[in-house]
Amino acid sequence: MTPLNTLALIEFAPGPDLFPLLAALLATATCGLLGNFLVLRQQSLMGDAISHAVLPGLVIAFIITSSRNPLLMFGGAAIAGLVTVVLIEAVKKLGRVEPGAAMGVVFSIMFALGVLLIEQAAARSVELHADCVLYGQLETLAWFTAPPTLLGVFQLTPAEFFAAVPRQVWTLAVMAALALGFVLFFFKELRIAAFDPGLATAQGISAGLMHYLLMAFVAAATVAAFEAVGSILVIAMLIAPAATARLLTDRLAPQITVSLLAAAVAATLGYLAATTIPLQLHALGVLPSVINGNSVNAAGSITVVAGLLVAAAALLSPSHGLIARSLRRKHLGRTAAVDDLLTTLYRFHELNQPNPPATDLPTPALKTATRNNWIEPTPNSVTLTDAGLVRAAALLRKHRLWEDYLVTDAGLLPDHVHDAAEQFEHLRLEPTSSATTDPHGKPIPQRPN
Amino acid sequence: MSFSLTTIPLTLAGPGHSHNHAPTSLTDTTDTWPTWSETLNVLTLQAGYNTTTVLISTTLLGVAAGIIGVFTLLRKRALMSDALAHATLPGIALAFLAATLLDFNGRSLPVLLAGATVTGVLGVLAVQWLLRHTRLREDAAIGLVLSVFFGAGAVLLSLIQTMQTGNAAGLSSFIYGKTATLSADDARLMAGIAVAAVIAAALLLKEFSLVCFNDAFAKVDGWPVSVIDLLMMSLVVFVTVAGLQAVGLILVIAMLIIPAVSARFWTQRVVLLVVLAAAIGGLCGYLGSAISALLPRQPAGAVIVLTSGVIFLFSMLVAPSRGILAASLRRLRLNLGIAADHLLELAYLTYRDRPGGPVHADAIDQLKRKRGWGPLVSLLVNLHIKQRGLGRSSDGYFVPTAAGLERGRQVCRNHRLWEQYLVSYADIAPSHLDWTVDQVEHVLSGEIVLELEAALETNGIDPHKPKAAGVSA
Repeated sequence: MTPLNTLALIEFAPGPDLFPLLAALLATATCGLLGNFLVLRQQSLMGDAISHAVLPGLVIAFIITSSRNPLLMFGGAAIAGLVTVVLIEAVKKLGRVEPGAAMGVVFSIMFALGVLLIEQAAARSVELHADCVLYGQLETLAWFTAPPTLLGVFQLTPAEFFAAVPRQVWTLAVMAALALGFVLFFFKELRIAAFDPGLATAQGISAGLMHYLLMAFVAAATVAAFEAVGSILVIAMLIAPAATARLLTDRLAPQITVSLLAAAVAATLGYLAATTIPLQLHALGVLPSVINGNSVNAAGSITVVAGLLVAAAALLSPSHGLIARSLRRKHLGRTAAVDDLLTTLYRFHELNQPNPPATDLPTPALKTATRNNWIEPTPNSVTLTDAGLVRAAALLRKHRLWEDYLVTDAGLLPDHVHDAAEQFEHLRLEPTSSATTDPHGKPIPQRPN
Repeated sequence: MSFSLTTIPLTLAGPGHSHNHAPTSLTDTTDTWPTWSETLNVLTLQAGYNTTTVLISTTLLGVAAGIIGVFTLLRKRALMSDALAHATLPGIALAFLAATLLDFNGRSLPVLLAGATVTGVLGVLAVQWLLRHTRLREDAAIGLVLSVFFGAGAVLLSLIQTMQTGNAAGLSSFIYGKTATLSADDARLMAGIAVAAVIAAALLLKEFSLVCFNDAFAKVDGWPVSVIDLLMMSLVVFVTVAGLQAVGLILVIAMLIIPAVSARFWTQRVVLLVVLAAAIGGLCGYLGSAISALLPRQPAGAVIVLTSGVIFLFSMLVAPSRGILAASLRRLRLNLGIAADHLLELAYLTYRDRPGGPVHADAIDQLKRKRGWGPLVSLLVNLHIKQRGLGRSSDGYFVPTAAGLERGRQVCRNHRLWEQYLVSYADIAPSHLDWTVDQVEHVLSGEIVLELEAALETNGIDPHKPKAAGVSA
């Protein structure tokens, strides 16, 4: 068992896990922050394209310098990322190719080039240990000499602590700070370019420049995060937190806040799940004995948690969630049923006819109307109360005004308008008209005083 | 991807590959070129049973991917295959886990491909669910599905890697084809899937085209659009799954997109597009695996994709109507024509005022300054005019021919007509005219000129003696 897993996380002593967790948090926060603008501009897949296409950049930097100097690799990958962005734009504009296809063409060719170059490099005995660069092994950042408790961490001198921080964490921290500065500084420009590029240009803010700046940051963040967390996590974090927030909020600033929260939750839960769940399952004897591992790929697990957060938001969001919307639809349906019941009774009332027997009327609507004191049940039937009469008259007024509108203003034939008016009467809108009778000659009830 | 270095698609090495000299030591970098007879053997399918089978099946895969790719491109779903291909990973891992735990051979190809199909389809359905039920757009839905499914796959693979029985490295290299070889059996399976996809696409050509071009009309006309869409997506699934083994999970996307996009540069007709994309896809599959079989260290998937990349670049540059070169030539010719018109208009006005007298150098210089022509543009304009027999310049003078003068008169007349029209009908102040008029006078067709004349005539303006309205050219 590695120290990573022997650690009881419940006792809140992060120890070795401190740095991997920190790296995950920084990477997810950076990507989550930038992702907000990608999702709004419908360019979410740029992260996907860039992270595939940086491969040749990494390999070429490696072949040329024959060293694994992270700065050079970073430079090579960043250049490849920007080249990808420019190429995609070129194929889109010059070749008039549809955006998705343009992206697919460019990144797959770049990726193929990378694959070929790796094979060539391998043959020239240049050993490319890019495995950890691209795979993103958070686990390798583990702090094996960590003090056993959190208290011990705090007792370290700053110098001792900083000396222990791995380079990848520094890279990510710098990247996170740069991305935050970029978004804060250009917030207004980014916002307007995301929602209305045309307006941005008209106001003297170059939407194209903002696009390239944003892409440069996405490319840099992608490359910076690679080494620590791997590219699936980067792609997921450029989309999932922003998508979660988009399903929960309607304004940009809250959206960004929620996305950062979602990113932090995904990173923490995902990392904890990866390092503890297999162990717990083994303890419970659920996992088959052939499986030995006590932890799984943390980047993958964070991605899955981020995906689950999106699914949860899609189902449970109070404003845009599937459940809330279906409840609202159901509520609307019930209101409409009660409305229809009241107008039906009013029509009998208008003609001085006896009300139909209660058995012919829909029961749930009857119950709701009774509860609201709009109708009074009588032994064999129901009658409208005074409140019910007022409400029904208002509804019928709306119905007949709509019929009048559809005939006089929209030019429909009188025998074609009832069904449409039957729908419109449930809206809040009421046409303004001084008509006193509807196209069928029936009186339009007066507006109640 | 995070698995990039393990996702190197398999080199189609088989018994037919053995003539290659693999580097004997790490410092051995000598590449041995294949002899002509070896090359010919491979290209003519005589290089041994395995190599030949592999060559045929990648060619068939290329044809199938080219055809299906056309429809996903036209339906604007090119990147759906991206989501789908990534979504196959958890299926492969789960199939392996399930088969191993049930004491089957976890590495049997049909089992793994079945698993890939299941999660691939789930991925497509997830994208459609997100699009239908949330406010997320297509790009976000596709990106979410591909990364989350792939992440789940990574989790499962890391679990498999710790298994006692399952050779984990074996599995990941089997999926990505690092060391495993494509056996003739596997190649035949792949070829079978590809042929089935081609036949299905041929049978459904009409339905697919209809849905691609106008799905609303198709729906109104009573076609089951969602069923047709589903069929189209399942063909994409089959091709992707078939391609997983040969070219790897990421590069199979390229086989679905690039041939179709390349073919799109050459034609506007769907049947031709399908045939062309099939040909390009097939050619890439054939050349890719042939090169891979002949040269050392050329992974087939990458070579196939790079071959199609070359064809794409070629198409984008030189295709006759949509290519970049053709478009730039058209634009250059148009601009030169417009520039020549300006010179001819000047000549017409000069000759009208002073019959027979040539256009003087200072007048031409003035025009050049006004239009901002450099020496190169001036040269090209003169060439343009000379070629068309509209005039010639000598010693700084410009002498138009009769045809040149007539063209100058037409341009001048169009200019005035359009000015009149704008003042009479479009309510543009005379002092604001010249700028817009300048743009349009060169492109007025004969029909429009007739219409303008008629419109002005009915309004009591004699277009045959147009007065110069405001600033004239």
